[in-house]
Amino acid sequence: MYNKGTIIPGLMLFVLFVTFPIWFNVFTTAGELPKPESPPGGEKHCIASAEYMRANHMQLLNEWRDNVLRDGNREILEIDGVKYPKGLQLACLKCHSRKEKFCDSCHTYAAVQPYCWDCHLTPKEAGSKEATH
Amino acid sequence: MDKQRRKFLKIAGASVIAGIGAPAIIKLSGTSAHASGGRVVPAAGHAPAVAHGAHGEEAPKGVRLGMVIDMRKFADKPELLDGAISACIDAHNIPQYPDKKNEIKWLWKAPFESVFTDQSAYHSSKRITETDFAVLCNHCDDPPCVRACPTQATFKSPTTGIVAMDFHRCIGCRFCMAACPYGARSFNWQDPRPYIKKYNKNFPSRMKGVVEKCNFCAERLALGQEPACVESCKGTGAITFGDLNDAKSEVRAILDKEFTIQRKPTLGTKPSVFYIV
Repeated sequence: MYNKGTIIPGLMLFVLFVTFPIWFNVFTTAGELPKPESPPGGEKHCIASAEYMRANHMQLLNEWRDNVLRDGNREILEIDGVKYPKGLQLACLKCHSRKEKFCDSCHTYAAVQPYCWDCHLTPKEAGSKEATH
Repeated sequence: MDKQRRKFLKIAGASVIAGIGAPAIIKLSGTSAHASGGRVVPAAGHAPAVAHGAHGEEAPKGVRLGMVIDMRKFADKPELLDGAISACIDAHNIPQYPDKKNEIKWLWKAPFESVFTDQSAYHSSKRITETDFAVLCNHCDDPPCVRACPTQATFKSPTTGIVAMDFHRCIGCRFCMAACPYGARSFNWQDPRPYIKKYNKNFPSRMKGVVEKCNFCAERLALGQEPACVESCKGTGAITFGDLNDAKSEVRAILDKEFTIQRKPTLGTKPSVFYIV
């Protein structure tokens, strides 16, 4: 083999460079996994399992949005005797009342910026100018 | 060779004549077919338009929510309308801007001559000239805003007839504002939140860059409640709300009894808000 002295170290450097994300994570910590807060009120049941909600809450919210606004289907869901009107402010935030500690924990970690809060009021925001009637 | 050329010219000539003549023949026979079918039927449909002047229409289908506003009641008690407007503001997190050019209007007040532009206000009675009229989205049966919307963010609900908005889809092009002949739509030129006095925590606010308008309180109707303005005038008969297509509804009873007018009926938008002046 010609130029053995440069090719083999060069290949080794290349492999090291390509696998950088793998071994970098072995030696360093990639930041702690987020721990979204359980409902402060102690509610244990959601409309679906935690795994399902973790993976599909965004699709579910879109479905609810279309049901409520477009199809006029505002039917109140009843799961395990608890009533859930379809809606972010009407259902989700009633239990998960601290958006800053629940929603934001994962969204910040995953660097996603959902535009829900441009319009929808978090309990904290709503509480800042509570209607008195 | 000559023979073939002669044949070719004959066929070419015949084709040209056929090509020019055929469309004319098809058109002639086609028009008569249309005239006996498509075009005469709608004309016949218009003929029995006697009932409510401009509101004589084809047989109604489904639910069409509408409203009768009795301006005599508001003229006697102007504070009733203020109450209705503030109930609407509280229910829908409507911002209150100090500058009128930013105003967000769902239910608002306007003088007679700007509400009923096709009615003469010449020598009209004191009650007409001195009363503020209650104005809101007319929830037209044939809404021009819906036709103008490029994203279908505004649409007519098939179940209630409400001209609804999906703020998620609004791109803020304001075509609907240009299309609406009633000025019932407002644009958020800035973030409305700092100007919302009190929050209703069960309703969202809007964001900068979307259009908004009255939604006939669809969210309250779903809970079996009346619209906020109707509820605030309860017992006075100033605003009556119901299904215009239901012959037994309260609105229909009033429409049958009283002389009512609509805003700009000549435009053919078929407004669902009626006024007793």
